[in-house]
Amino acid sequence: MKKEKTMKLSLPTDELMSSGHLACQGCAATLAMRYVLKALGQKTALCIPACCWSVIDGPFPYSSLDVPIFHCAFETAASSASGLKAGLEMVGDTETTVVAWAGDGGTFDIGIQALSGAAERNDDIIYICYDNEAYMNTGIQRSSATPLGAWTTTTPVKHFKNRPKKDIDAIMAAHRIPYQATANTSYPEDLYKKAKKAKDIKGTRFLHIYAPCPTGWKSRPEDSIKLGRMVVQNCIFPLYEVEDGEKYTLNIKPREKKPINDYFRLQGRFRHLKDEDLKLIQEEVDRNWERLLKKVEIGGQQP
Amino acid sequence: MKDKKKAEKIIFKTEKEVPLMPMSLGSMLYNKTGAWRNIRPVIDLGNCIQCGICWKYCPDVAIYIENEFPVVDLEYCKGCGICAEECPTKCIAMVEEEK
Amino acid sequence: MKKVIMGNHALSWGAQLGRAQVIAAYPITPQTQVVELLSEMCASKTLDAKFIKVESEHSAMAACIAASIAGARTFTATSAQGLALMHELLHWASGGRNPVVMGNINRAMAPGWSIWTDQNDSLSQRDTGWIQFYCSSNQEVMDTVVQAFRVSEELMIPSMVILDAFALSHTYEVVDIPDQDKVDGYLPPFKPPVRLTPSDPHAFGGLTSPEHYFELRYKLQKDMEKVPDLVEETGREYEKLFGRYLGQVEDYRCDDAEIIFVTSGTAGYTARVGVDQLRQDGIKAGNLRIKMFRPFPFAKVREILPRAAKVAVVDRNISYGHHGVFYQEVKSALYGRDHDRPPVFGYITGLGGRDIMPETFKEMARMTLAKDKPEEDITWMGVKR
Repeated sequence: MKKEKTMKLSLPTDELMSSGHLACQGCAATLAMRYVLKALGQKTALCIPACCWSVIDGPFPYSSLDVPIFHCAFETAASSASGLKAGLEMVGDTETTVVAWAGDGGTFDIGIQALSGAAERNDDIIYICYDNEAYMNTGIQRSSATPLGAWTTTTPVKHFKNRPKKDIDAIMAAHRIPYQATANTSYPEDLYKKAKKAKDIKGTRFLHIYAPCPTGWKSRPEDSIKLGRMVVQNCIFPLYEVEDGEKYTLNIKPREKKPINDYFRLQGRFRHLKDEDLKLIQEEVDRNWERLLKKVEIGGQQP
Repeated sequence: MKDKKKAEKIIFKTEKEVPLMPMSLGSMLYNKTGAWRNIRPVIDLGNCIQCGICWKYCPDVAIYIENEFPVVDLEYCKGCGICAEECPTKCIAMVEEEK
Repeated sequence: MKKVIMGNHALSWGAQLGRAQVIAAYPITPQTQVVELLSEMCASKTLDAKFIKVESEHSAMAACIAASIAGARTFTATSAQGLALMHELLHWASGGRNPVVMGNINRAMAPGWSIWTDQNDSLSQRDTGWIQFYCSSNQEVMDTVVQAFRVSEELMIPSMVILDAFALSHTYEVVDIPDQDKVDGYLPPFKPPVRLTPSDPHAFGGLTSPEHYFELRYKLQKDMEKVPDLVEETGREYEKLFGRYLGQVEDYRCDDAEIIFVTSGTAGYTARVGVDQLRQDGIKAGNLRIKMFRPFPFAKVREILPRAAKVAVVDRNISYGHHGVFYQEVKSALYGRDHDRPPVFGYITGLGGRDIMPETFKEMARMTLAKDKPEEDITWMGVKR
């Protein structure tokens, strides 16, 4: 039964994240970390504010990462990273890649001021938001990254989230930072490539990583990868890059744009939605997609 | 590829052994998350095409490669089932743990 | 080199002499000249530091803490509302044992908007685990910044160097600025016992269970208790090198005093004038200026105050629903010990920048000496009623 063929793995085998961490079954935030560290390597330092990862990493006196971490205050991922970078440089370490690693609450909501400050200064950090679309660590409360229609413990089914997800990528583009990209744990090679690319650029770089959360989305743990694929195929979370806030590059354009229904049906957080609700959400997704295509078109035309 | 680093629980007997500030001194590898599992992946290597997808998508770094084939590290596998779901030849079955 | 400089610039000079490596700050009246001069110092390379011009005080302290974890010497400065915004991170700095040094200009808290001095901003941060020094001259401000780096880094506890808005921050005084070489001899480069680096990766500040949290706090308090001796030791060493002693308290004519004022900040300087005038009038007054408020200088207070028949504590602050903060602290320091305990009178003065004059001290002495014991916990000086 043994075959002669050797394995051709699409990612390097070095692991800077270990087993034994405290993530829930099927947690994609964990995969996001695993892939990013494969790309950035050991000379990386993380600032992690309050988020799932402040638990996943493990309690004092343990860690599941082989890179240093500063567990910082909730709203300080970016400002801590700026300070850490400056501090490291002043003690002679100019090589270490400093990363702010925050959830959507720490990025879209409470941390947006510090993020905007660091981006405007173009501080030499990579800011990575792993987006599981709610405050999962505290028990699934809505954030401004929670999508339209979703149930959370603070948006009960009778008053589900009635506002669309904040367009953080447009906000970051408005800062004219040198590089930003959306990524997704179901496309690890694309994610790896983007993290590598970010590593080699100076200034503020922003990666927005879609990361399914079975616990908060009421989805099956084994569906985390499938959900990530669907969200690209139905254009809810397109994969693209932006350089200097202007040059948009779409990484994956689905041959056929899938309807959103199948994606919604796999998640308990959307179970209450009626057909007419889904229709409205589909329209919103369509508008966002058309807007993105226009940006790609405009940004592609160089003067 | 399995991390053979020794992982032990750290115990401070007195405050003098506690570091100045909260800082990690050991690896979470001490935490055998395999105990969380209700279902267990069983790989039928006969149908394995060595694509590495199960290894790639494991959130618990609990699949390692040995002699060009994937091996599940049951000390840490939490039984999420992603490997079985994503396997292109469906050669991984999730089997109930006997408790 | 002697220079006539404002109190705010004394902070900047202290940071430069201390060779701060990372500065992160946000402007607030009446602190702005601190960061303006530091910007100049960084731009002209008289100070080799990275200055992060952050978008808030909260980010300023966050950046300082992270830079400190990396092993860099850090400095910032703020005041009042800015300090209040930092509050969460003050705990972060002490709990993480990051020896950040910060200048704070005492300014009254809004509302109503006030830019004038009182101590409620910094005293509201009493329990955050920071060392607090209240200064009464520009010379002392500059010297104390240098000493604060030394004390903080040796014990890995952050320090606040505090001065009154306008009364000191914008007041020009002659300051003797020592040679850099000599300061370098006093203050070695920052070498923390552990720092954040990929070559020895640790996770700092992780989730801490009841199994360990208690011991971490015990250790912080135990190290805090070492501060008074270290301030004494480093203050004497400073005196040897620069001719100026930097202690926990300054006692002025306390030896034979029948009444001792307890003061802090610039009021402690005015008190000396008041004491001299009272002595001319035949009243044996003295002044104990508390320079180091955290940790509280218990030994000094217990040694000096029982010399007098009466103690009058002058607070430019108030803990609403309780008393003046220094009054509380002095009473608690004297209570439950074997030594004599003179009656302690509490006066609230100068809130929101109202002047405290030598005459105020004469009035407080008259009121204190007229009674055997205090009849009220708070006596308000100069309230219009």
